Amino acid sequence: MARILIPTPLRQFAEKNDTVDLPGATVGEALSALTTRFPDLKKNLYNDEGKLRSFVNVYLNDEDIRYMNKEATALSDSDTISIVPSIAGGAFMGVNRV
Amino acid sequence: MPEVGMEGQLKLKQARVLLVGAGGLGAPLGLYLAAAGIGKIGLVDFDVVDFTNLQRQVIHGTKDVGKKKLDSAFETMRDINPFVELVGHETALSSDNAMEIFSGYDIIVDGTDNFPTRYLVNDACVLLNKPNVYGSIFRFEGQATVFAYEGGPCYRCLYPEPPPPGLVPSCAEGGVLGILPGVIGLIQATETVKLILGIGEPLVGRLMLYDALNMKFRELKLRKNPECPVCGDHRTVTKLIDYVQFCGVPHQEGPVEPVAASGDIEPTEVKTKLDRGDKFTLIDVREPHEFQICRITGSTLIPLGELPKRVGELDKNAEIVAHCKSGARSAKAVDFLKQAGFKSVRNMKGGILAWSDKVDPSVPKY
Repeated sequence: MARILIPTPLRQFAEKNDTVDLPGATVGEALSALTTRFPDLKKNLYNDEGKLRSFVNVYLNDEDIRYMNKEATALSDSDTISIVPSIAGGAFMGVNRV
Repeated sequence: MPEVGMEGQLKLKQARVLLVGAGGLGAPLGLYLAAAGIGKIGLVDFDVVDFTNLQRQVIHGTKDVGKKKLDSAFETMRDINPFVELVGHETALSSDNAMEIFSGYDIIVDGTDNFPTRYLVNDACVLLNKPNVYGSIFRFEGQATVFAYEGGPCYRCLYPEPPPPGLVPSCAEGGVLGILPGVIGLIQATETVKLILGIGEPLVGRLMLYDALNMKFRELKLRKNPECPVCGDHRTVTKLIDYVQFCGVPHQEGPVEPVAASGDIEPTEVKTKLDRGDKFTLIDVREPHEFQICRITGSTLIPLGELPKRVGELDKNAEIVAHCKSGARSAKAVDFLKQAGFKSVRNMKGGILAWSDKVDPSVPKY
């Protein structure tokens, strides 16, 4: 089982969970289990071609999976997968500055 | 301190630091960098102090509401340290002015509040070979790192693509723990001082993540992306681009007014309709915690995220007016309802904030 950490902006698509434990032999499998459980997350994490969108980074423990084996990176028990989106605080894009 | 000494203090005195943004992050940065004796501090902000800023932008106070943020910030900084040279850049940073503004400084500190500017700051820093001390916040979480320094990664190495507009809500819409930008801003200030003094281990190649609720600091490794279009081996971005377009946002200049679309309705008109007893439905598409703070009597709460599920509660032939906090989310609700076949839907311009300004000042703003 890997622990997946869901960042705040994406929790609205994961039934407000901040951590989910899911099985998988690879990061890809664990993410697949995640998006199966929370289909709304899939639209936000993956583009139409099924690739991870690049405003979101996925880390296995402290290493970016892009520099490991991407989604084929192997998982062991007690690994932590972090989903790290870009955040910018502040003003809502394109509309009234409050 | 022995690690700094007179030599270090002189380095601080000779340093020129630009703070992009005098808001949540810029506030602690301005205060502490002035206190530290940085020789020249530039500040980029075109905004005016608002009451709702005071929850986190501690460089401004009640007496400053309505003043330019630059004036308000400089007054406080001058009071802390009259020997700092303060330079104001009262403008929206853009591809037309960023390179010129940045060239007068050694270190750029990103305290901005939107994605297009973050990409702009990043690219300008890489092109000018100046470090970008980055910090960002959301609700109870923050990130900090140092980009574009000594062969380290840049922002685009980490995030080649911005999120789609509207996916990541703003502090104004999503809310933020006021103390949070204080913590992250101070981490940025610490990194800035370390870079100037050349001591310690800066956050180059390290993304610091702060989780305030659980009080955890974590660190993720950041690598330089060899294929990065701005700082990689085969660069395709060699000058500043149109960042607003890059982030998929409709073009805007400086302080933004809500887009006046046909089909907007003024809060005063909504009030007239309510008083007259007109037959229409006023829906509030904010979140429950916002509804608790303030609401318009006679409105029905249907949070934007629940609208698709609950659209059956509304009559397609009825007249509907939607509102939110400032007019952004309700504009989306109106689009959604129109596409769902609703005949008469309008967006209350300026949201409940405008209602407070124009109709009922007893309604608290937040």
